[in-house]
Amino acid sequence: MSNAQTKADIVAITMPKWGLSMTEGKVVGWLVDEGRELQPGDPVMDIETEKIANTFEALDAGTLRRKIADVDAVLPIGALLGVLAPATVPDAEIDAFVTEFQANYVPPAVEEGDEGPGYQFVEAGGRRLRYARRGDSGPAVVLIHGFGGDCDNWLFNLDPLAAVARVYALDLPGHGQSSKAIVDGSVDALAQAVLDFLDAVDVDAAHLVGHSLGGAVALAVAAVAPARVRALSLIAPVGLGARIDGDYVHGFIAAESRRDLKPVLQRLVANAELVNRQMIDDMLKFKRVDGVGDALRAIANGFVDGQAQRIDLRAALATLTCPVQVLWGGADRIVPQADAADLPAGVRFHRLEGVGHLPHLEAANAVNALLKDMTIGLA
Amino acid sequence: MARKILFQQAINEALDQEMARDSNVIVMGEDVIGGTGADGEMDAWGGVLGVTKGLYGKYGERIMDTPISESAFVGAAVGAAACGLRPVCELMFIDFLGVCFDQIYNQAAKFRYMFGGKAKTPIVIRTMIGAGFRAAAQHSQCLYPVFTHIPGLKVVIPSSPYEAKGLLIQAIRDDDPVIFCEHKALYAMEGEVPEESYTIPFGEANVVREGSDVTIVALARMVGFAEKAAAALAKDGISCEIIDPRTTSPLDEDTILESVENTGRLVVVDEASPRCGMAADIAALVAQKAFGALEAPIELVTPPHTPVPFSGVLEDLYIPGPARIEAAVRRIAEYA
Amino acid sequence: MALSREDLLEAYRRMKTIREFEERVHVEFAKGGIPGFVHLYAGEEASAAGVCMNLTDDDKIASTHRGHGHCIGKGVDVHGMMAEIFGKRTGTCRGKGGSMHIADLDTGMLGANGIVGGGPPLVCGAALAAKLKRTGGVAVAFFGDGASNQGTTFEAMNLATVWRLPAIFVAENNGYAEATAAKFSVSCEDISTRAAGFGMPGVTVDGHDFFAVYEAMREAVDRARNGGGPSLIEAKLDRFFGHFEGDNQNYRAPDEVKRIRAEKDCLQRFRARVASDIAAAELDAIDADVRKLIDDAVAQAIAAPDPLPEDLTTDVYIRY
Repeated sequence: MSNAQTKADIVAITMPKWGLSMTEGKVVGWLVDEGRELQPGDPVMDIETEKIANTFEALDAGTLRRKIADVDAVLPIGALLGVLAPATVPDAEIDAFVTEFQANYVPPAVEEGDEGPGYQFVEAGGRRLRYARRGDSGPAVVLIHGFGGDCDNWLFNLDPLAAVARVYALDLPGHGQSSKAIVDGSVDALAQAVLDFLDAVDVDAAHLVGHSLGGAVALAVAAVAPARVRALSLIAPVGLGARIDGDYVHGFIAAESRRDLKPVLQRLVANAELVNRQMIDDMLKFKRVDGVGDALRAIANGFVDGQAQRIDLRAALATLTCPVQVLWGGADRIVPQADAADLPAGVRFHRLEGVGHLPHLEAANAVNALLKDMTIGLA
Repeated sequence: MARKILFQQAINEALDQEMARDSNVIVMGEDVIGGTGADGEMDAWGGVLGVTKGLYGKYGERIMDTPISESAFVGAAVGAAACGLRPVCELMFIDFLGVCFDQIYNQAAKFRYMFGGKAKTPIVIRTMIGAGFRAAAQHSQCLYPVFTHIPGLKVVIPSSPYEAKGLLIQAIRDDDPVIFCEHKALYAMEGEVPEESYTIPFGEANVVREGSDVTIVALARMVGFAEKAAAALAKDGISCEIIDPRTTSPLDEDTILESVENTGRLVVVDEASPRCGMAADIAALVAQKAFGALEAPIELVTPPHTPVPFSGVLEDLYIPGPARIEAAVRRIAEYA
Repeated sequence: MALSREDLLEAYRRMKTIREFEERVHVEFAKGGIPGFVHLYAGEEASAAGVCMNLTDDDKIASTHRGHGHCIGKGVDVHGMMAEIFGKRTGTCRGKGGSMHIADLDTGMLGANGIVGGGPPLVCGAALAAKLKRTGGVAVAFFGDGASNQGTTFEAMNLATVWRLPAIFVAENNGYAEATAAKFSVSCEDISTRAAGFGMPGVTVDGHDFFAVYEAMREAVDRARNGGGPSLIEAKLDRFFGHFEGDNQNYRAPDEVKRIRAEKDCLQRFRARVASDIAAAELDAIDADVRKLIDDAVAQAIAAPDPLPEDLTTDVYIRY
């Protein structure tokens, strides 16, 4: 997300870039009125991209002095949405700021070309893995998505983290555009795939960030290869409790149509409206690929048994010496946080109220701040 | 994002991947190789528009040029399908169905029923539809309603490269006979298409755009025109939902009805002739099953009930375009 | 070649079964038990038997509206056939096809066909499947003098030569396309001469003579199985009944059928030909067996249940 600051106290609110393919966003609606005092993290407006609808949160403190973007306007990334400034700044200065900004603003050129800058492929452990790569310096951070997800799940996190780290987000085997053939769908096998990936991209040790099933995978990596893991951030992880919403997992595998899939995906989030047409379409496109059904069944079989989790990584967690934090949405319906109440001493626990099973999407700013803090601590 | 390829490359890739996957898949048609028996190169054409180019080099005897003899080779495809192959026939233009219709509607479509469920005829007939090429009355029609009318056939009408590949792979794997209609004007359309094989289920409409004021149902080339109209209408605060049924048989009635339940207004855009066409069929469906939700008359945007003319001036008038769609939406959006 | 004694008995049994089946359908139709259109094959048995005695279950045939004989010749179960003709749920096609659409893919019978000239293109496909799958199988299109004038038949013969298919076209010329004489409607004396125009061998044989048909077919099958491409065989023969049941046949000479039955009965000719090898009593025993079989088939068909209301909407698609 970008915020161009041209004068000391006047701050532009601009159209964020969420994910690799986003070139423009639509202003669904303002959530605050002019004159309102904002703190970082306060909701400002709802923005819809072709991938996802989300609430754009303030990145800076200040008073909302001017709404520039009209509701329903479709604007390129970086376009001026509004202006923050202290109440003491005269209107004339705000006007001048807006005029200058608009005069200098150049929409980013639309990337022609297939892959864009973001995705790469690597052969790792005999399979092809796709990953996204961001950031030039700092500690390595590897983002591991959950069941049925892919590296695009981190669209709100990749660029912010890249400010402090070399970020890798991979597609696990059977997912995204990685190889679909799954010989062994167990969490341990997925952990080995992550280790193969670290070897293939030449990362000795990384801060592993795992969501849901990816959390279990990250933990399993730490357990078998503690030297490769400098820190762990587990977001609504599998492996720390007894229960899981098996109906979600099996519903996700079984759904063949929009109509079937939409209510399943809506269980993931606290605000069902986040699940838009494009998100459902993208999921269906993934699920229609040959081999995905078999891969998902094999992987589900490795961690779900009815409504129960098959794997228990609490003992492994207790033995870890690296810094560990656990983030959980208070409204998570998929992997209940209550089951993971007694975490080992030293594990930092963050509960995100009003958030479902996808905190990195639903409360991206808060999650990014926690992930950044953990990463900066390693530098 | 994903790789982008042309609509016609998506068709070629689907054929290629399915021929590689299943040795029972064969391809036949006029000039699908091109050059058979001639003194020059083989694979000279790869289909009249090059859609099957390259398959001969990979699959040899499993792709066959035919005499200009549609009854024989379409019938042969049906017979081969009943004997365990999965033929994909290219019937160059849908206008040619007249010379082989018996093999399609009396043989392929009915075997399963007439034989008490003991036969299957998994054939795909790929065929070009659509006006816009100054190709005149016998090379420009959209005759898919004729096939949609016939029990036992499935009718598929892709509107984008992604749809083309996924629907064609589904068609080839499907055990029922499928008429696969490719709009000529879409061959050069570029779009994101996964490299891997994938299938799009039949009978599931694509919600191309979500909206709240008017439902537009459109097929093939008309989907893009509807999107243009919807973009223009959005500037005036008219929110259109666009539904592409993708298959007319089976037809995803639920998605259409649910949309009209929400919007209360329906425009159906169809490049086929108006009488007994898809527009009339979908209008009847909505009138029957969502009558209570309708807040305005249903608008049908179709060509006139004439053959497709040759002259560019006349053909441009013939084809429903974004302006006509926009006008139809405005008429019912303002209806009180 | 030498047809074994067992082969001869089997050939006779098939011909006799067809005859008995058709004579009985004629009676049952007159009694009102059989709905719809029925076209009887009686009189033409030597063709079906002479062709099919050269085939295995892996070989395919496509038939015509006059298809009962081809079905029996190819080994389709007569109980299922009779029940089908009565429109019963136990029929070969569960009562959904009827006389004109009996098919049994397990025995290689691709279907009787209500469309004159519907079968030859299908046979090209069956032959193509045999060729590409390298099964060594052949495919046979039965068609009449009427279909010999259909474009589909011409197209199929051309395609079969062009693709060098193991296909055999058997023209059963019974002299009438419905009520119009072949002498009028077929432009040449022998349909087999049309083969030359399609680049394949053609031969005309006496279709009342099982042995003549058998020999011609054997040659054609050998050629097809050995990659020599298609052939056309014309069997000149006669039907004992009208075009369909109910046809008053006033287009035929007054004593035509009577004379044919007396002089050209293929079963009688067969008996005479094998008399030195097979005792009449042995063939009589087959006659008795066949009569019992048909009696039983009719009794079972009459007693069998009708299709259920829910059968109306099944079997349209495999998945819809």
